[in-house]
Amino acid sequence: MKKKTSKEFINNAVTYLLVIAAFLIVNTMKEAGMLTRSLTGQLIPICAYIVMAISLNLVVGISGELSLGHAGFMSVGAFTGAVVTASMAAAIPDPTVRMIMAMIIGGIAAGIMGVIVGVPVLRLQGDYLAIVTLAFGEIIRNVINCLYVSMDEGRLFISFNDPSLPGKLLINGPQGALGISKISTFVMGFALIIFTLIVVLNLMNSRNGRAMMALRDNRIAAESVGIGVTKYKLMAFVTASVLAGMAGVLYAMNYSTITAGKFKFDTSILVLVFVVLGGIGNIRGSIIAAAILTILPELLRSFNDYRMLVYAIVLILVMLATNNEHLKQWGSAFKRRLFSRHKAMKGGAEE
Amino acid sequence: MSERKQRTPMVPFPSDAIIPERDLGTRPVLDARHLGVEFGGLKAVDDFNLIIGRTEIAGLIGPNGAGKTTIFNLITKVYSPTTGTILIDGKDTANMNTIQVNKAGIARTFQNIRLFGKMSVEDNVKIGLHNKMKYSMATGILRLPAYWKTEKLMHEKALELLSIFDMQDMAGAIAGSLPYGAQRRLEIVRALATGPKLLLLDEPAAGMNPAETSELMENILKIRDTFQIAVMLIEHDMHLVMGICEGIAVLNYGSIIAKGTPEQIQSNPAVIEAYLGKRKEGDA
Amino acid sequence: MSFLSNLINGISLGSVYAIIALGYTMVYGIAKMLNFAHGDVIMIGAYISFCVTQYMGLPAWVSVLAAMLVCTLLGITIESLAYKPLRNAPSLAVLITAIGMSYFLQNVALLIWGSNPKSFTSVIDADPIRLFDGQLIISDVALVTVAACILIMIGLTWFTGKTKMGRAMRAVSEDKGAAQLMGVNVNLTISVTFAIGSALAAIAGVLLCSAYPTLMPTTGSMPGIKAFTAAVFGGIGSIPGALLGGILLGIIEIFGKTYISTELGDAIVFAILILLLLVKPTGLLGKKVREKV
Repeated sequence: MKKKTSKEFINNAVTYLLVIAAFLIVNTMKEAGMLTRSLTGQLIPICAYIVMAISLNLVVGISGELSLGHAGFMSVGAFTGAVVTASMAAAIPDPTVRMIMAMIIGGIAAGIMGVIVGVPVLRLQGDYLAIVTLAFGEIIRNVINCLYVSMDEGRLFISFNDPSLPGKLLINGPQGALGISKISTFVMGFALIIFTLIVVLNLMNSRNGRAMMALRDNRIAAESVGIGVTKYKLMAFVTASVLAGMAGVLYAMNYSTITAGKFKFDTSILVLVFVVLGGIGNIRGSIIAAAILTILPELLRSFNDYRMLVYAIVLILVMLATNNEHLKQWGSAFKRRLFSRHKAMKGGAEE
Repeated sequence: MSERKQRTPMVPFPSDAIIPERDLGTRPVLDARHLGVEFGGLKAVDDFNLIIGRTEIAGLIGPNGAGKTTIFNLITKVYSPTTGTILIDGKDTANMNTIQVNKAGIARTFQNIRLFGKMSVEDNVKIGLHNKMKYSMATGILRLPAYWKTEKLMHEKALELLSIFDMQDMAGAIAGSLPYGAQRRLEIVRALATGPKLLLLDEPAAGMNPAETSELMENILKIRDTFQIAVMLIEHDMHLVMGICEGIAVLNYGSIIAKGTPEQIQSNPAVIEAYLGKRKEGDA
Repeated sequence: MSFLSNLINGISLGSVYAIIALGYTMVYGIAKMLNFAHGDVIMIGAYISFCVTQYMGLPAWVSVLAAMLVCTLLGITIESLAYKPLRNAPSLAVLITAIGMSYFLQNVALLIWGSNPKSFTSVIDADPIRLFDGQLIISDVALVTVAACILIMIGLTWFTGKTKMGRAMRAVSEDKGAAQLMGVNVNLTISVTFAIGSALAAIAGVLLCSAYPTLMPTTGSMPGIKAFTAAVFGGIGSIPGALLGGILLGIIEIFGKTYISTELGDAIVFAILILLLLVKPTGLLGKKVREKV
């Protein structure tokens, strides 16, 4: 329908405009030196977390599967990216091109990991899937902790549990990736968010996205019209993994060293919290929640000891409030009054 | 069991057809042989045999708990039969799953409505069209011309299908917000969108008022005539069953106890005892 | 001989996992929720025991009772404040609330006790058993842990099988609505379940820290996750499953760390969980639920 298409169009346009406007404002403030140092340092992580939240929302919100291991894919991207940028430093001197290369390769690596994890795991459902994705995230972290990669005269050496490699160590087991060239920029972060939005929003509003949502809403009905679970769950999962890998590259190239500990289970949970607080299936909500909740602890720095406590309490209270029957009724009554004319029209059509 | 891989002869055992003379000389759309299933040692369906012709409207009736919905679940492979074979348009379904059964030509509705409640009516139908009108994932993400072209065709096709039930004006409404009767009709449209050869309707008239039921009866006939497909329905509303079904099979305790034309069924003593007898003072 | 002593260590660690897993599995069976804060209740229990012995100078058994009491109250409070209002909410909302509760408990502990690890003194003070001329040493803690696990199992099996409240628990886990119609007090039953689970968590915390004496606000989180893995391994909702899963997990972890790689011990545990779930999607002793169409 024309009306529906335009509604969807406006909805997406608002999301894009929001991101672009936020970028322009923040970038201007940054150039003018109006941001504190700590806040400036948070800009790239915020971009990375926004991409993480949008991509996890594709899995949790659109495909309807609970994943607790999203940070695992981020770490695959981060470490791949660290190796790629270091080994290509001579071949591609231009940092932007090198960064794009790193993102592509990091995304592919995370995507391959997504297939390896997804194919067996997506046969499970609900809480079982959650625990298995959690387990996979931990396995990825453990394995990276034992990984040693070095470069000598243009050649890469990889070993497991054995740090005695020739040349310069790029990944040093538990110490993580060392000597990363900090080539991430805020503009690249912004570009990655826009890229992620294009992929996720266009996927959602295509026949494949509809199939994902159909499986989420009623698996048996979706199968009865010939839509297979594995293909579409995997499509969502792997797409999200690729995007998480790219976010990992962006994130890692913002620091000189990075350890696998950065991508623990806690990080996966943090991203899930962004998705849930922003509204499951609501992409714009994910962006806003990721941005605010990443800055919030920074702003609460003066209450350093209490900030995580406040965070936890806010989290619980928001969950209690958003799932409170009375509040919900009040909210929908409010909405009804707001859109009473629209509703009346639709009611007329139903008769 | 799976020996019979290839095409079977035309109507091999006419005795299993409800009305043998119907669709004579064509391959039956459904051919179920010695079908049986056990749940925890309990035989829910036992030695079920049924042949349905290409454009037949068949009714499956029986008391509550007779195993009618289980038959649908077996045909659509929601459950795997313990014994027996099912041929859809001559193809053995032994190694098929629900998705492949749908692609082979069977679509169904559900007794407890299973719509995609949060999506629009149009999207529900488009999901039915999913395997009929395709474009790749990349086309969808990059919004290539094929995306716009296919989506437009899907939109037109969805409205066309909705117009069978005169529902094209509700295309933008949220499926879950529709009145009960409209939800049942939407489920039929969604099933039709997959382009089936046999449409399985599980209590399509449940919850409908007499006027709606009469309209539904006309529409089922219309669907059969327009699309030239077979329809098999489970229904408790005897007015509907006797009114449009050409053949009726009566199920009791998981086995067929009688089959034939509406007239034959109405005068069958076994049926009257098992089913109609109890219903006499009721709504039958 | 080292094989035997590793086996004993594995069973001992596994017994702790089993006691924690029982709490997970009972709560999951009845409230159908993953109580992520369960691991942090363990940590609170250990801190209470630590405080009672170190600061108040009371005997070890008093500290265990105190820890059980505090954790029981804590469990009931958490349930009634945070989980009860969400009984009809989507499971994801409950999960996030439980995660919030986990952060909350960790940060409260951080504020009270600080981030520096406390050195926990074992509550059990007995001589280890030496077998085969001292070649095989079974520590006192290991013995008590295994014994405690067996006692708890027997107690719980009796409780769920023979008492009225136990029957109510099984009824609620089977069908909450039907149980309510039959006059079962569902809210009370769920509260009692949380109380039992939390008391067990306190015992597990004390035993865990007696064997591995570093006590920090995050002490409970990894054992919590592993015990949950154990519960899933054995088939979540099943009490014998929790025991079986816990013991197996403990043995796998110790053997993996000893014979394969220390760093990869956890990865091995999780990898085996995944393999098992792929073969048997509901765990070793879990029941298959058929969706009605």
